[in-house]
Amino acid sequence: MKRPAPDSRPAGNTAMNLLRRILRHPLGCLALALLPNLAGAAYNFNFPEPVTPIARETLHIHNEFMLIITILFVVVFAIMIYSMIKHRKSVGHQAASFTGPRSALQWLWVLIPFAILLFIDFVLMGIPAVKAIITMEDTKTRADMVLKVTGMQWKWQYEYPEAGVRFISTLATPRDQIANAEAKGEHYLLEVDKPVVLPVGKKVRILLTSTDVIHTWWVPQFGVKRDTIPGFLRETWVNIEKPGIYRGQCAELCGKDHGFMPVVVHAVPEAEYLAWLEARKAEAQAAAGSSDRTWSKDELIAEGKTVYEKQCAACHQNEGQGLPPAFPALAGSKIVNGPLLDMNGKAAKDGHVDRVFNGKAGTAMQAFRNSLSDVELAAVITYERNSFGNKMGDMIQPAQIKALR
Amino acid sequence: MSIATTHPAEAPHEHYPSGLLRWLTTTNHKDIGTMYMTFALVMFFVGGIMILAVRAELFQPGLQLMRPEFFNQLIGVHALVMIFAALMPAATGFANWMIPLMIGAPDMALPRLNNWGFWLLPPAAILLTLPFTLALFGIGDGAIATGWTFYAPLSVQGGMGVDFAILAVHILGISSIMGSINIIVTIFNMRAPGMTMMKLPLFAWGWLITAFLLIATLPVLAGAVTMLLTDRHFGTHFFNAAGGGDPILFQHLFWFFGHPEVYILLLPVWGLMPHVLSTFSHKPVYGYTAQVYAFIAIGVLSVVVWAHHFFTAGMPVPALIYFMFSTMAISLPLAVLFFCWIATMWKGAMSFETPMLFAVGFIVLFGIAGLTGLILADVAADAQYHHSYFVVAHFHYALFAGGIMGVMTGVYYWLPKWTGHMYNEKLGKLHFWLTVVSFNLTFMPQFFLGLAGMPRRIPDYALQFAEFNAISTVGAFILGFSQLIFAWNVWSCVRGGAKADGRVWEGADGLEWELSSPPPHHSWEVQPQIK
Repeated sequence: MKRPAPDSRPAGNTAMNLLRRILRHPLGCLALALLPNLAGAAYNFNFPEPVTPIARETLHIHNEFMLIITILFVVVFAIMIYSMIKHRKSVGHQAASFTGPRSALQWLWVLIPFAILLFIDFVLMGIPAVKAIITMEDTKTRADMVLKVTGMQWKWQYEYPEAGVRFISTLATPRDQIANAEAKGEHYLLEVDKPVVLPVGKKVRILLTSTDVIHTWWVPQFGVKRDTIPGFLRETWVNIEKPGIYRGQCAELCGKDHGFMPVVVHAVPEAEYLAWLEARKAEAQAAAGSSDRTWSKDELIAEGKTVYEKQCAACHQNEGQGLPPAFPALAGSKIVNGPLLDMNGKAAKDGHVDRVFNGKAGTAMQAFRNSLSDVELAAVITYERNSFGNKMGDMIQPAQIKALR
Repeated sequence: MSIATTHPAEAPHEHYPSGLLRWLTTTNHKDIGTMYMTFALVMFFVGGIMILAVRAELFQPGLQLMRPEFFNQLIGVHALVMIFAALMPAATGFANWMIPLMIGAPDMALPRLNNWGFWLLPPAAILLTLPFTLALFGIGDGAIATGWTFYAPLSVQGGMGVDFAILAVHILGISSIMGSINIIVTIFNMRAPGMTMMKLPLFAWGWLITAFLLIATLPVLAGAVTMLLTDRHFGTHFFNAAGGGDPILFQHLFWFFGHPEVYILLLPVWGLMPHVLSTFSHKPVYGYTAQVYAFIAIGVLSVVVWAHHFFTAGMPVPALIYFMFSTMAISLPLAVLFFCWIATMWKGAMSFETPMLFAVGFIVLFGIAGLTGLILADVAADAQYHHSYFVVAHFHYALFAGGIMGVMTGVYYWLPKWTGHMYNEKLGKLHFWLTVVSFNLTFMPQFFLGLAGMPRRIPDYALQFAEFNAISTVGAFILGFSQLIFAWNVWSCVRGGAKADGRVWEGADGLEWELSSPPPHHSWEVQPQIK
């Protein structure tokens, strides 16, 4: 048999040709190379394991609703596909000419689906939904404790008002992992320096607000998601049933580092929680004490570098070069290289201390007055004035910050 | 519909300027319709390129291609371009071309307004995308980076890209309102004698409701973005709590427009579907009256359900319950439409040319959008779905499978009428199958990503989301490149091909099919008499 010329291959070979063409194409190779990986990977097709009553309820409702809509989908489109197979021109089906229901029986057929849908909407789905809303919104009844969550670009502040404990929680994933310069860790982007700690089996009322733009606090395994709105308090609640580490993320676009402000909650037995809380209280007292002593410039700069990298570097960058025009450079900045205090010993208006204290309205520069301690503020201001080629040589003491508040 | 046509003497005065001047000065509804469609197609690719860059970045965890700021700009402008510069102009293009032909009118009622409405679009598109270019020259920090929703206070904080987007939205809004006024006036005043409102083609009905919704809601959007502009530059505090304002007010105003907008994009397509289904089933439309009332019901309901877009912002329990149940109520008129579509096919003699394939694909995939929309209305479950990829998947089933595939149905259906040539049927079918398969490959995994806990609008993600994102990106690239087949098919159909006769499709019914293909430059100079 004569071998056919390459350009006149028989039609039966088209599948082979297609495969060959796919293999010849770089994208095709990529897709084929991915297939075994894709098949072996672990896939989640549903919510993660629920650990609060609300999350369990939500998963239950979700599964039920998915079942209902899958049945609706299958039944409706089975009818359509049956029609598409039976009522084809190519099998010689003669077209009917009806344009609406013509008999009482047909009217019945037309109305039954709507009765069913009405029942599904307002009874089958509606009643459990209303119950779930009422449970979800009941934040106050028998609440054991309060946690206040404040969203800020791009970190979370957690406060235990009853204990007077407050701290900021920021992303702990190294920037090198994000830039693909180093291997990514197991909890890539879902790890923080200071996780929030909550006791299991307690109803925690969570109050939420924000200092700048709208963020959303979300831990999927808790089944709650609530926006934090600047100038307003919102609330929700959790009652974690199982000790563990639970991870979530900010869910509302809040600017540049929206993807980099995770939520990590450690749920622990109550005794452990109380011990942790005591340790935090002691830490806070030590910090308050340290603002009264005189710090050396080197101490302040060393502490300031740590604070800067956590609080400031996301925008102003590690070398103070900024990302102009949205995020100005601190290296050579007029404000940083301006006077610290005015003649009366107050923070100069629009000066360095004023800007760090009060931020700048209408920009991403937030007020750090309430989120950083005296030591942290003194340290970071001193650091900025003596780094990135800025050579002011001066410093500000934590005690001065305390007096300026 | 039976008509007695007194065929006008064909085209006594066909003179119009040639070359560029023809297109700049034209007040002819067919020319303007063509310009709208061309503009929409170009912007469809512009928005598509943006999102392919986004999907490329999301192919693997880690930041590979772009900084997060640029990522945020791409997602927001993608949405604005696709909604305001691709889908809406495409629908307006259909209206311009087809409504006068379908209702037996010689042209649109306000032809000069029509010309102006179109020529506002290119400047608006330039305003939207110009900040990208300016940033390359060191001016400003790029386009709007708040997502298409402009949420304050993030948008108050944003760079000058926000101002560009505000002005672009203003201009696009003016253009849409002028188009809507024109369509309403045309339908009310210029129907052929004997064509009562209840004989009006369903496509015109769908557009009529759309036009009313546009006029009702676009001014609210314009007001909201103007308030934003004054908050940004003139010291007002509408959305600033420190000055007595409320950031959530912006969300109320935005979604008062934003939810009807979904139906603005979909109603013209819903109006088109029965025509296509009836043509290829060789059977009259089922439930004409029911569909008209369903359109009206959806139009009315659409303006009273807006707050379901921000259940997680927190609101009183009665409000949650009200917005949940009113949203669920939309499923009823929508079910009427699905019922009528399927009943139109039932016991017909179906043939499956490309428009019919797209129509059937539309019904199935839009069904998924509708059903997931039903469960999204549930406040408790919404707490999990909201702000996640579940929502992204849901509204792409509504706006790509519903909106874009609906527009493609219309293009394949009417292209032979517009050009006088048949398109390449084989390429059309190839385009359909590639689109449907790659669309599902792109967006089905996003439902699972959302359920697993991946938030929207993040440039980088945790390792557990890697596999589905990789699949989604592969799907998106196939989907994107498949659309080149569509562009090629349209282009070659405009250039030539087998001649199409006036009726084009064996089962087609309606005034537009009584004219030649392509119709003369001036059609229905003598209006037909509808019996």
